[in-house]
Amino acid sequence: MNVSSPDTIAATQPADWRDLFALTKPRVMSLVIFTGLCGLLAAPAHIHPTLGFTAILCIAMGAGGAAALNQWWEADIDAGMKRTAQRPLPQGRLDRTTARDFAGILCAASIFLMGFAISWLAAAILAVSIVYYAVVYTIWLKPRTPQNIVIGGGAGAFPPLIGWIAATGHISAMPVVLFAIIFIWTPPHFWALALFVKTEYAKVGIPMMPVVKGERSTRRQILAYAVLLLPLSALPWWLPGDEHTGPIYGISALVLSSVFLALSARVGLRERSGPDDMMKPEKQLFAYSVLYLFALFGALVVDRFVPL
Amino acid sequence: MTNTPKPRTIEQIRRSRNRVLGLGLGAFVILVFFISIAKMG
Repeated sequence: MNVSSPDTIAATQPADWRDLFALTKPRVMSLVIFTGLCGLLAAPAHIHPTLGFTAILCIAMGAGGAAALNQWWEADIDAGMKRTAQRPLPQGRLDRTTARDFAGILCAASIFLMGFAISWLAAAILAVSIVYYAVVYTIWLKPRTPQNIVIGGGAGAFPPLIGWIAATGHISAMPVVLFAIIFIWTPPHFWALALFVKTEYAKVGIPMMPVVKGERSTRRQILAYAVLLLPLSALPWWLPGDEHTGPIYGISALVLSSVFLALSARVGLRERSGPDDMMKPEKQLFAYSVLYLFALFGALVVDRFVPL
Repeated sequence: MTNTPKPRTIEQIRRSRNRVLGLGLGAFVILVFFISIAKMG
């Protein structure tokens, strides 16, 4: 493995803020911020704009801190994979101690700021989400079981729940459904990626589903989760009380999830044609899955502010 | 034609990091001020 020696470089070169920022996985964070914001805006309650901004900032800081902890722990694994080898730690642009301290400060600051400014319930859920991602997923599940992303996927499902609690102050059916939607969306999203970077995971010994159970089983499971996602995504349309959504969300969810299901069926029912297979359907599903979540949660907010 | 960026000196890295840290702390103080006002309201 091409592992640099970050600790020796650290003695001569200070940490660049760009590398610290890269530790927070900004692209993943954009989805976290968006879903958190949608949870906050879709809630049937008013929150002061400053406090709303603070809640989203805390969610972003917590997600960034957890991502930095993930990179601190997995620096050696990242160095062995083409997709992650350019990150600051495997490149030796940052030493591990700085990364760990930066992550710790971000996590602690996000929890305390959320507690003092918004609510201690939201802060507690934020703390659980950080521990879930950094400890339960990264340290415990990921190197041990092919179900890592199924259980660990819960970590990415927390933002809308936290956003909702920040606005309303309590947990109810709707944020739990939003949590469940991201929870069920994560395996097909991540396994689509794992199918075309399978050899990379195998090289560093991470037991991702395609590596352990094989491609055929992974493809069938992608399809099964996509089938489950269709009714689940439409569930907010049928929720009772003031939490249910209108037809804008309901129809959007059915259309978006049907396309998701169609793309998953293409992946789920095919076999790789050979070593030269470009894995186009898998790449399309992965790209669409990101768009899907943005569009679905976007529809949730539009539905709230444009009642039909 | 591709332009390879000049390697940044330690002093440049440290200065830009301190600038970002200063801006961050300043923004945090302003945020706390506005949070206090929002909470009082």
